[in-house]
Amino acid sequence: MEGWGGIGVMMAVAIGFGISSVILSQFLGPSNPTPEKEAPYECGVPPVGDARERQSVKFYLVAMIFLLFDIEVAFLYPWAMALRDLGWFGLAQITVFILILLVGYIYIWRKGVLDWGPESDPDYHVAKVLGPSVVKRYRYGTGN
Amino acid sequence: MLDAQILAYAVLVLVVFFALQISAAVMVYAERKVAAGMQQRLGPYLVGPRGLLQPIADIVKLFFKEELRPKAADWFLFSLAPIISVAAAFVAFAPVPFGAATTFFGLLDEPLPLQIADVNVAVLVIFAVASMGVYGIILAGWASNSKYSLLGGLRSAAQMVSYELAFGMALATIVLMAGSLSLQDIVANQSGTWFGFLPQWYIFVQPVGFLVFWIAGIAETNRAPFDFPEAEQELVAGYHTEYSSMRFAMFFMAEYINMVTVSAVVVNLFLGGWHGPWLPESLGWIWFLVKLSVLLFIYLWLRWTLPRFRYDQLMAFGWKVLLPVATVNLLLTAAGVIYFGL
Repeated sequence: MEGWGGIGVMMAVAIGFGISSVILSQFLGPSNPTPEKEAPYECGVPPVGDARERQSVKFYLVAMIFLLFDIEVAFLYPWAMALRDLGWFGLAQITVFILILLVGYIYIWRKGVLDWGPESDPDYHVAKVLGPSVVKRYRYGTGN
Repeated sequence: MLDAQILAYAVLVLVVFFALQISAAVMVYAERKVAAGMQQRLGPYLVGPRGLLQPIADIVKLFFKEELRPKAADWFLFSLAPIISVAAAFVAFAPVPFGAATTFFGLLDEPLPLQIADVNVAVLVIFAVASMGVYGIILAGWASNSKYSLLGGLRSAAQMVSYELAFGMALATIVLMAGSLSLQDIVANQSGTWFGFLPQWYIFVQPVGFLVFWIAGIAETNRAPFDFPEAEQELVAGYHTEYSSMRFAMFFMAEYINMVTVSAVVVNLFLGGWHGPWLPESLGWIWFLVKLSVLLFIYLWLRWTLPRFRYDQLMAFGWKVLLPVATVNLLLTAAGVIYFGL
């Protein structure tokens, strides 16, 4: 009934609820912090180092290819709405569009971007043939 | 009379808002009872008759708990993250219709649609707002400055963006069939029956689309067997490891409300919304609730039946199975729509 206004109303109610319950529990709950309570949880041992370290590059790769494919999906909505007017020609166009994307999709698949398991580790295949100790010696030296 | 309309609308907003909150409480209770039943335990039974008041006791307890925050955490983002999560969960439900327009048995002059925001691109709005929830999760993970939280947040972000593609693709299939982005139109297209007994629901013409959408929806809401952000055995509690008190409760509430929203969208897109036999159109919301409850029960059933995937299996499944299946399904549907002139 209210169209876009309804979304605004719901947003105001929801954010108001969120903020007020955070503030309310701040007042209702006790507050006696100790160094142990303020430390991040690491299974009971004193925390080691900072948490914000370097992360696997795979997360960034997935974020990048997601952007490409999500734009593809975004293009599909107007096409889906107009398909009845476009007819077979529209279908042919979108097929070409998806075939072009398919080339990139095959490329990232072959490059191993979608593999998160041990197979994505270049040492994995060496280790399968020569044994893990060879990889360790080759990678990290002999310990001197 | 305009004033009565506005009053009715305000009541509707409040009813939906509290219904969503209560649904979270009911889901917590149902989850524990279903889990207990499947594991031959009793589940909560002390607070109130059959333990029915357990969620209320939990929420009161959480209000009076101490707010803990790691010293190295970013306090602003740390407080903001649960608010984003819960707000996105509530707002995503706003464009979801859950019943035919009704005058409440002649109480109102004009019929009031049972929907908070009747926008003509409802599908896109739900899609956009629901994916805002990932900001809450990843900010929570980063702001906590805890290793488990950060890993949980990153995993969740990668998982949600991976399954969003199949999710969006399955959605495009339904948009294509209905020729509309409005949920009201999509539901209206599913009224009536084939051969006099089979309801014209999209699940019968789009079983593949339904499966892809439902699986991706479960992954989007971070539920088992895709509950990696909070895989207890490896990440303690994932992105909300460092959260306590109401902030923690808000993440939980957001998770359950997201489950309700995804199920409600599935009901609207594939299961004919509030259309069903025997009941008059004005009582269609009863059908809606029945279908919604069945889907929510399947959610719980899956969680206590299936073991969790491994992370590489999860990513491979999303990218190498669901996405191609959804794309091929979309092209085949497009060909079918043109060929049969649907």
